[in-house]
Amino acid sequence: MNTPASPKQRLIIIGNGMVGHHLVEQLVEQGALERYQVTVFGEERHLAYDRVHLSEYFSGRDAESLALSTADYYAEHGIELRLNEAVFAIDRDVSEVVTDQDRYPYDRVVLATGSFPFVPPIPGNDREGCLVYRTLEDLDAIRAAAEHANTGVVVGGGLLGLEAANALRGLDLDTAVVEFAPRLMPMQVDSEGGELLREKIETLGVQVLTERATQRIEDGDTARHRMVFQDDKILETDLIVFSAGIRPRDELARDCGLEIGERGGVVIDDQCLTSDPQILAIGEVALWQQSIFGLVAPGYQMAKAALATLTDGETRFQGADMSTKLKLLGVDVGSIGDAHGNQNPGARNFRYLDQIKQEYRKLVVSSDGKKLLGAMLVGDNGYFDTLMQYYDNGLELPEDPASLILPSSEGAPALGPDALPETATICSCHNVTKGDICASLDAGAVDLATVKGDTKASSGCGGCAALLKSVVDHELTARGVEVDQSICEHFHYTRQELFDIVRIEGIKTFSELVEKHGHGLGCDICKPAVASILASCFNEPITDAAHIPLQDTNDTFMANMQKNGTYSVVPRIAGGEITPDKLVVLGQVAQKYDLYTKITGGQRIDLFGARLEDLPDIWGELIEAGFETGHAYGKSLRTVKSCVGSTWCRYGVQDSVGMAIRLENRYKGLRAPHKIKFGVSGCTRECAEAQSKDIGVIATEHGWNLYVCGNGGMRPRHAELFATDLSDEELFSTIDRFLMFYVRTADRLQRTSVWRENLEGGLDYLKEVILDDSLGLGDELERQMQTVIDNYQCEWANAISDPDKLKRFRSFVNDERPDPDIIMTSERGQLRPA
Amino acid sequence: MNTATALKDEAHTDVTWQPLCTKADLVAFSGVAAWLETAEGPAQVAIFYLPGLEQELYALEHRDPFSGANVIARGIVGDIKGDAVVASPIYKQHFRLKDGSCVEDDSVTLRTWPIRLDGEKIVIEA
Ligand SMILES: Cc1cc2nc3c(=O)[nH]c(=O)nc-3n(C[C@H](O)[C@H](O)[C@H](O)COP(=O)(O)OP(=O)(O)OC[C@H]3O[C@@H](n4cnc5c(N)ncnc54)[C@H](O)[C@@H]3O)c2cc1C
Ligand code: HEM
Ligand code: SF4
Ligand code: SF4
Ligand code: FES
Repeated sequence: MNTPASPKQRLIIIGNGMVGHHLVEQLVEQGALERYQVTVFGEERHLAYDRVHLSEYFSGRDAESLALSTADYYAEHGIELRLNEAVFAIDRDVSEVVTDQDRYPYDRVVLATGSFPFVPPIPGNDREGCLVYRTLEDLDAIRAAAEHANTGVVVGGGLLGLEAANALRGLDLDTAVVEFAPRLMPMQVDSEGGELLREKIETLGVQVLTERATQRIEDGDTARHRMVFQDDKILETDLIVFSAGIRPRDELARDCGLEIGERGGVVIDDQCLTSDPQILAIGEVALWQQSIFGLVAPGYQMAKAALATLTDGETRFQGADMSTKLKLLGVDVGSIGDAHGNQNPGARNFRYLDQIKQEYRKLVVSSDGKKLLGAMLVGDNGYFDTLMQYYDNGLELPEDPASLILPSSEGAPALGPDALPETATICSCHNVTKGDICASLDAGAVDLATVKGDTKASSGCGGCAALLKSVVDHELTARGVEVDQSICEHFHYTRQELFDIVRIEGIKTFSELVEKHGHGLGCDICKPAVASILASCFNEPITDAAHIPLQDTNDTFMANMQKNGTYSVVPRIAGGEITPDKLVVLGQVAQKYDLYTKITGGQRIDLFGARLEDLPDIWGELIEAGFETGHAYGKSLRTVKSCVGSTWCRYGVQDSVGMAIRLENRYKGLRAPHKIKFGVSGCTRECAEAQSKDIGVIATEHGWNLYVCGNGGMRPRHAELFATDLSDEELFSTIDRFLMFYVRTADRLQRTSVWRENLEGGLDYLKEVILDDSLGLGDELERQMQTVIDNYQCEWANAISDPDKLKRFRSFVNDERPDPDIIMTSERGQLRPA
Repeated sequence: MNTATALKDEAHTDVTWQPLCTKADLVAFSGVAAWLETAEGPAQVAIFYLPGLEQELYALEHRDPFSGANVIARGIVGDIKGDAVVASPIYKQHFRLKDGSCVEDDSVTLRTWPIRLDGEKIVIEA
């Protein structure tokens, strides 16, 4: 162990980009640092960062969070990291690399210099405000230039061009894309796909100009620049981003006489060796069998091959698949293998085009129809994973291959995990196969988290998460491990089962339930879930002593905790109707307690920034003025949004505000698996947007139409028409039954929309249960709802009349002072967290 | 281990058991926050009370390192594989009550203090 090792070899890595850094990680993990003293040169100021997610720099991520590592990591492993120091020559005669600071001797060199954006040789391309999109510094420059600009143009309609266009749009510029070819993304899609992509992108307000070759750029009249095209047409803009392809940064290799490809790129073999065996090249600078690989996964594979070369290992680079799955400007685009069908003579196509939904899919199959050679997707990448598996593993296609791209209500017929061979790649970022996952399970992993830790699967782009989970679940089941549906480790029951236990046995506290049917102390998953079940069944005040420890802080303090530990106060304003007197009170309370006020999307007023110890006083004043809690903190009924209806509106056919207020007062305080929102519109014009709510009510000449299971938020879903022309009473009883059935059968944190989508039998089944009473549950559901309604009390009114409950509203139990760390500043005339 | 603790006690003679609050201030199976003055300056302490367990009282730093807000006492108490934990109410990371270590991120640990019941008084070593 202590024998003096032969002196370490000096390894120099030029370029600290994604691939160069991956090599460093490999060197560390594989113990190669025992043999090599490593020095890394990076021209950029920043340590290697995640270029793939570069655009997120504009949507809130900073350089630090994009970084792939830290200076400490390099230091800890004794790797010398010289950032901001470009190598400008490799002197092969004396085996030294040269920078403007010094000369550094080497035994081996790895070139990982990546590529640079190609700027077409157009006169005027160097004008101020003509930029590129590759580094953090480029993005800083774009951001700075955008401040004084109204319009922006991206030259180049490929993958990166569209990403740049999205960024310009995000900077509030009127954006256009200029492409030389007749369509967008000529590499990935054909003319139908390109046309569809254009339509989709134009609806987003980005102008698309194809078949335009820019001749020159000069001073503009209405904007900073004028671009003149081949037909003398012009386009004026303040800012231009060139994204016309990438070129390998092979200048160092060129200058020192290494073999370079005809169109650039440092020629390497399967071991990543260049024409000088002392020097290796990896990543986008390397040319392997006449190809440059402009994606990160092949670069990582090269890094692994280079490591093997440096450590006498076996791994070789054997080419890589260039299939891609992307979301560009919100549009799904996927391309697999020979997507154009021009590399395989005799190949046949299947194509599916839906101009209404704007989806396009194409399959390229072998002449005997048995193998998938390529595929192209625009509009819906839901089909990608399955197709990729057919392609990647050479699986035999089903009898009718078209079924793979035809729409079906469930999406593409999924290829079950058991149909995949062991060699199937599950995660392409980290090159993890189904075999690797099985190996991890065989070595003792029993859950997804451990498999992820073992294999790194799903820790790159994340695109494989769903597939990974289905493979792990399937393999676990196959190994006889029951895939656990239970709510958490403390109860071996689903939420629905727990609900039935509580209801049937009349259990009223968490401690009783955990004693009889669970074990341990519970956790932040089962406790709030059980609290919600208890409330749905018995509706005792959630601040009663037995329930307090169960609640999320929001429920405990009956206010929503904000990011600095203060709370928001949201009184109920049923139906969005409020008297001027009450409005004045809200203003006075906000002034007195220095609260930020904002009108919410739910037609009421939020008061933000309340300190814990002020909450009881604030609510005291609000309750005095006739307000009650709005339950904005609870998984419960939020608001019933309404339009002004027949009382004022000349189109209205019913009093939508009146109905909204009755509904809100009926269901306020109902605890549910998730929040519930309602909307009521006074006529079919639907100004209250009721069809985006869990419960939507729209007035008709004869009564009310009821819509259910809509959703806004992250995954919008239109509510479905459930019953028509209901009287007021019919409306109430139908909603009673519907909501109680949802409360009883949904999973924890499942909105009505997701519940409905997972409900076997779908809408028809739901109608049978609720409208035709097929389960004979109708009366019971209505009775149960009536219990909840009868037991309603305003939780705040209840709390402020109970000194014991008020004790909790102190920042410190032993000190009067407020939390000194809450610091506010002001913005637009109000306070906000500093 | 033992010697290290003993040495520390000798070196810091200003570390003593001081009263913090009373048993009536606590909420069973939940947390409350208290203000603590120490020789090194003030601190905010989250006190958790789990009656019936082998260790009934725990004192942890009240500041949530992920959000910077002083809110740990307001988290839900539970257990993960038998270890008593509190979940931060802001971004939901779990901290072990025993030693303050974060379940999701090994590099993060909340400070802890020895704490015990002395009659009706809660005393802390700081
Ligand atoms: C906006 C954007 C989005 C992308 N999206 C994806 C995607 O979704 N999926 C995907 O697979 N790929 C994507 N890519 C491509 C991916 O980022 C690259 O394939 C990958 O970064 C290549 O890694 P590399 O290490 O070869 O080069 P780079 O990451 O470019 O690193 C090379 C580094 O070497 C430095 N360097 C160059 N010359 C010298 C010198 N003489 N001395 C010292 N240092 C030098 C450079 O400054 C640079 O920091 C995207 C790229 C961009 C720009
Ligand atoms: C920490 C998480 C969240 C907090 C604290 C929060 C808070 C709020 C608050 C206080 C309101 C005003 C509601 C009212 O007046 O009662 C609101 C409205 C809204 N929230 Fe959230 N929310 C959160 C998460 C979400 C999520 C995840 C979604 C999407 C799935 C969402 C979608 C909405 C929508 C669509 C509205 C507008 C309501 C309407 O127009 O009816 N919220 N939110
Ligand atoms: S939905 Fe009908 S009644 Fe309501 S505001 Fe719109 S037009 Fe008027
Ligand atoms: S959309 Fe909702 S969750 Fe997101 S920042 Fe706005 S209020 Fe918060
Ligand atoms: S495919 Fe990107 S993380 Fe797995």
